[in-house]
Amino acid sequence: MEFLSPATWEEALAAKSARPDAVPIMGGTDVMVELNFDRRRPAALLDLTRVPELREWAPDGDRLRLGAGVPYAVIVDRLADRAPALALASRAVASPQIRNRGSVGGNLGGASPAGDAHPPLLATDAVVELASVRGVRRVPAREFYLGPRRTARSDDELIAAVLLPAPAGPQQFAKIGTRNAMVIAVASFALALDAGRRSAGTGIGSAGPTPLRAPEAEEFLAAEFDWAGGRPPSPAVAQEFGALVAAAARPIDDVRGSAAYRRHALSVLARRTLGWAAADYRREMAACG
Amino acid sequence: MTTPTPRTPVPVHSPREAPSPVHSPREAPPSPASSTPGGVGSSPRRPDGTLKVTGEFAYSSDMWMDDMLWGATLRSPHPHARIRGIDVTGAVRMPGVHAVLTHEDVPGEKRYGLEYRDQPVLAFGKVRYRGEPVAIVAADHPETARRALDRVRVDYEVLEPVSDPVRAAFDPDCPLVHEAGEDLPPAHPAHHRSGNRVRYQPVRTGAFADGATAAEVRALADVVVTGEYQVGMQDQAFLGPESGLAVPAEDGGVDLHIATQWLHVDQSQIAPCLGLPPEKVRLTLAGVGGAFGAREDMSMQVHACMLALRTGRPVKIVYNREESFHGHVHRHPARLRYEHGATRDGRLVYATAEIVLDGGAYASTTAAVVGVASSLGLGPYEIPHARVDAYGVYTTNPPCGAMRGFGAVQACFCYESQLDRLAAELGLHPVELRIRNAMSEGSRTATGQRVDMPLPMADMLRRAREMPMPPERAAAGPVDVRALPGGVANTSRGEGVRRGVGYGVGLKNLCFSEGFDDYSTARVRLEVVGGEPAVQVHTAAAEVGQGLVTIKGQIARTELGVERVTVLPSDTRVGSAGSSSASRQSYMTGGAVRAACLAVRARVFELVRAAGLVGDDHPDELLGLAGGKVVSGARGVLVSLADLLGASAVEETREFRHRATEMLDPTTGQGASHTQFGMCVHRAVVDVDVDLGLVKVVALDAVQDVGRVLHPQQLAGQIQGGSAQGLGLALMEEIQVSGSVIRNPSFTDYLIPTILDVPPMRIEVLEHPDPHAPYGLRGAGEPPTLSSTPAIVAAVRAATGRPLSRIPVRPEDIVGIERD
Repeated sequence: MEFLSPATWEEALAAKSARPDAVPIMGGTDVMVELNFDRRRPAALLDLTRVPELREWAPDGDRLRLGAGVPYAVIVDRLADRAPALALASRAVASPQIRNRGSVGGNLGGASPAGDAHPPLLATDAVVELASVRGVRRVPAREFYLGPRRTARSDDELIAAVLLPAPAGPQQFAKIGTRNAMVIAVASFALALDAGRRSAGTGIGSAGPTPLRAPEAEEFLAAEFDWAGGRPPSPAVAQEFGALVAAAARPIDDVRGSAAYRRHALSVLARRTLGWAAADYRREMAACG
Repeated sequence: MTTPTPRTPVPVHSPREAPSPVHSPREAPPSPASSTPGGVGSSPRRPDGTLKVTGEFAYSSDMWMDDMLWGATLRSPHPHARIRGIDVTGAVRMPGVHAVLTHEDVPGEKRYGLEYRDQPVLAFGKVRYRGEPVAIVAADHPETARRALDRVRVDYEVLEPVSDPVRAAFDPDCPLVHEAGEDLPPAHPAHHRSGNRVRYQPVRTGAFADGATAAEVRALADVVVTGEYQVGMQDQAFLGPESGLAVPAEDGGVDLHIATQWLHVDQSQIAPCLGLPPEKVRLTLAGVGGAFGAREDMSMQVHACMLALRTGRPVKIVYNREESFHGHVHRHPARLRYEHGATRDGRLVYATAEIVLDGGAYASTTAAVVGVASSLGLGPYEIPHARVDAYGVYTTNPPCGAMRGFGAVQACFCYESQLDRLAAELGLHPVELRIRNAMSEGSRTATGQRVDMPLPMADMLRRAREMPMPPERAAAGPVDVRALPGGVANTSRGEGVRRGVGYGVGLKNLCFSEGFDDYSTARVRLEVVGGEPAVQVHTAAAEVGQGLVTIKGQIARTELGVERVTVLPSDTRVGSAGSSSASRQSYMTGGAVRAACLAVRARVFELVRAAGLVGDDHPDELLGLAGGKVVSGARGVLVSLADLLGASAVEETREFRHRATEMLDPTTGQGASHTQFGMCVHRAVVDVDVDLGLVKVVALDAVQDVGRVLHPQQLAGQIQGGSAQGLGLALMEEIQVSGSVIRNPSFTDYLIPTILDVPPMRIEVLEHPDPHAPYGLRGAGEPPTLSSTPAIVAAVRAATGRPLSRIPVRPEDIVGIERD
């Protein structure tokens, strides 16, 4: 197995172009597990840990450009105000050691439907920045996930960053696991309200072949939410929102949980996160008024 | 040749006291403080503690020799298949490969087994579980060895798996896992072995002994509760995978450095397979990264030795995590049916139990597990009429054997669930019902054995009930999600969360049972080193993390009055210590060390007399050892050990046995089969998110009688650890097996509790000495593993109203969604 270790982003892109079969590795929290369990024997590894840009974050217009290699721990500690849902999801990732190494780029590269970062990226309409020697292109997260572990990234491309819109309202993330820490999601859900556009974004994790949105739930909520006052949603509205989120899922039975439980849990998480988001919404309105 | 890993003797001197988290109530007889610092009753630091905490301790997987080869194991991909042929040609031809061996290369006996020799060293004829070793490879690099495995061609004729243990137990048409004519050794005649049954053990008392039917006995009760229960397959989940290093020796033998629970029983199985006399198979204990029963059976021992002897090079084998899940036995999953009848005032009249334990492909300790499950199947209750039928069966599921609690765990979950249901029927508090039927000293168990040691069960239950409750959850104010079900995953701010309280108590046999000649050996040497008296303690006992290494030093200090004690590495140069299991090592090896120390002391006193230091004026003078000196009760210091011994040493070796036990009668199940009984009571308080089925254990408090505390801090560790393992079984730990295949062989999906799942524990320790045991002690490691599980499940039931008859309890079970 070849081990490529570029020192600059340009070298990394050149290396990926020359060896499209090279597997990028950063924190190694997914890739090394696969190698150690002998599930994968890549012809080459492309080590990105020496590329400094990947660990940087900065404003990009009114969005936040988050380097693909920024560890979850940094997102939790430094970016909770600029990326609330992603920070909540990052806090739910694995253990402190893994959060020090793992990054959103790794989640996007592996594209496991259980990745904790995906639902917030979908809910907040984040954009994935892909780069190759051919140039840079920006793909909305909502168009990024194509199939089971299949994404819009081409073989010669590397994931450079994600662009996170400035929060325009409350964001929430919640995840089910059968222990109280260090657990792969059985199901997860993210919700983002946009007060300016009067729209709602959703993201569903671990309940389908890819991370999913619940478009009908989004439209329903955009129409039913009290954008003027943030009144607590009626039980009927909350119930229907939960049902629409559950209906959007395409879960299976596996060792982590049954499809029926996943749907049920998603409906509960959708109702609860909606209630919390509405309360946050009222609080923000009170603070502004 | 370089020596594998530093294994210098671990010095145990300069003990420092650690704070004790154990509350010992004043009424209990206080531990007599040892006059020697670091002696029995104090909490000296573990000699290996700092190395382990700082990551410098050498575990068995860390061993290294410059010229060593790496072994790897080819495992069956099928749970049940006939082997039509094995072709190793492609593997042998690979550069870097030094040996490829199959069953044809086993030099001696082709099978081994802990109690019953039915397990092939390498499969021949059939494979009986997925992951069964079929061929082994030694190569100069672990990756080369793994790739060579891919080139071994095995021609399998796939057979239908035998996956259902109930069918295996009762259906005469069920295919046999071990077919007739396989030339297996004869089974114990009392085990009722037949078909796929490894052992069947009935127990009958009262009217059942006279042949009464359940219907007849049922008529004696006012209230009857019945229940069917299921216990999933729990894994010991030790962190240090199976590993060892075999080094060929010049005498044609082999030196094996191995993580195990019992060096001598490994030796007695390895030597016949290698066709060597036992003295040519020498074992030294390597650093053990946890055991909990999973290292009682062998894994790679014979394989590494075969490869080392074949290649003439040291061979190291280390399983990876996935392989480890296939490479050791698990706790027997069980299907159980119970019926209890009581009078209106809450007196148990009768109880019946049918227990089917899935032993998987090979016998391992299944017969002994059946012995425990049957004899303790109804728990610590006085029941006039009892009927138990316990079965251990072969299937093509993963082999099951020893795990902390050993057959008593499965039963305890059921009889405690039954007591709770009965209490609800009778309108009694669950503790009150238990107290009304509690056993005590002088009671007889269901096997007719008289409890001839203190058993303050009623008092323990009262204490558990009276312990302070954790504070109620705040109704308002800021929420710390870590304190709620779901934890950092942010699933609730209090929505759907309900609190429940539950109790559990269990009875566990300690030390080996059923007539086993159970003993341990210790060699103790006293000499003068650098002008100071020093003691060496040498045993073959396995330190598996439990802290025996500390206990041995404490006993030597207390008995010989010498602070400087060195515990030598455990190996087979000294006699067997028996297994580090059954909560027995403090009792057995502690007893052996004590006996050897007393023999050394007697020799020292002979020297004192020979030196004329005890004059004719003081013929009955009481002598003692303290502060490195010989002292007389009447006259104070007589002589220092340094002066008395000079350049000579005093060394004694002693074997220690506990009292004899009996086999259970094969028809009535009567007999004094157990050495000692241990008991723990738990009270669990849980918060349950009833909408999502998630649980947060808020409190898991315990009362345990240990007879005598040897090391308060280590004792607390045992009680906390046992309770946490019971919590895991209650809420998350399960090897999921379908079609005889393990579906979650990783710590990604086999979940063990984290620090956010296990609450701080309040522990109350009682010390009612067992008159039969050294220092009056009672083994402490297992009882908490029994009682914490039913206490937690009872608390979840109280919070949810769900019946919950299966463990581990899954979120689906709590919210009421069917699964499977």
